[in-house]
Amino acid sequence: MKTGGGPIANGAAGAAILAASLGCFALGVLAVAGDGSKALAKLLTFYRPTGPLSGVSTVAIVVWLAAWIAGNRAWRGKTVALGKVSVVAFVFLGLALLLTFPPVGDLLLGK
Amino acid sequence: MQITWRDLVTIVHGMLFGGLFLMAGFGVLVLLHRWQSSGGGPEVTEAGRRREHIFLVVMVVLGWGAVLSGAYFVYPWYRAIPPAGVTNLGAYPQRLLLSDPRTAGWHTLGMEWKEHVAWMAPILMTMVAWVLMKYEDAGEEHRRLRSTAVVFALVALLAAGVAAGFGALIDKQAPVTGGPEINLMRGKR
Repeated sequence: MKTGGGPIANGAAGAAILAASLGCFALGVLAVAGDGSKALAKLLTFYRPTGPLSGVSTVAIVVWLAAWIAGNRAWRGKTVALGKVSVVAFVFLGLALLLTFPPVGDLLLGK
Repeated sequence: MQITWRDLVTIVHGMLFGGLFLMAGFGVLVLLHRWQSSGGGPEVTEAGRRREHIFLVVMVVLGWGAVLSGAYFVYPWYRAIPPAGVTNLGAYPQRLLLSDPRTAGWHTLGMEWKEHVAWMAPILMTMVAWVLMKYEDAGEEHRRLRSTAVVFALVALLAAGVAAGFGALIDKQAPVTGGPEINLMRGKR
């Protein structure tokens, strides 16, 4: 990682990309975990009519925004290895897509 | 000609927010394609750029409007639990679907997938819109950033497509309907 370099440093973009994929990954993990544990599902029920989905989505958004703010603070104005950041982000995104697909969640939970 | 309150909210959720978000998503792909093929640099006038920013912000608002109206208005009606003794499940779509093995999959696969994957679309498109606005002047050195943004926009469209497709199909199987009736037009006899 280096400071400055090109006309526009890519650090802020890297932070935004990584944070978005982390938020999606958190969504997938919580969706499966909430489905597998009644206690967690109850804990994630922030709004009773919507059920655990209210907590799953809210926590995922909090994770996304917190990661974005933290990443932006750390990488803003810097040049990062965007190739590596993108690969990590694609892995999180791929896992998120898999985890939100119910048959995969059921498989993991042994249903 | 009448419509129920729940029908109206479902239409706003699915067609106004969701449908327009999907259409706007394809517009973002066009912007990304132009950004990629131009290699950066100011090709658009200031007024054009302002309009593009408004378009991106409206798209993001539509995406969030779709998931929030779905989760906090339509979904509670969908998953409502009927009181004991109720045999007509018409007002309880989730229970109606689960009551028949031939339709249960619309909930166990369709709704369970849709309710979660849908949230990925506004998260990803918010990021893509932000990157497009912040890095629109970025030059050739940001080629990888452009490619990454395209992949994320495609995944967002996939997520929105799954949500919209299953939403429409599930609503055909077990519509979310009811509540006060709204008269749209009085027909002639």
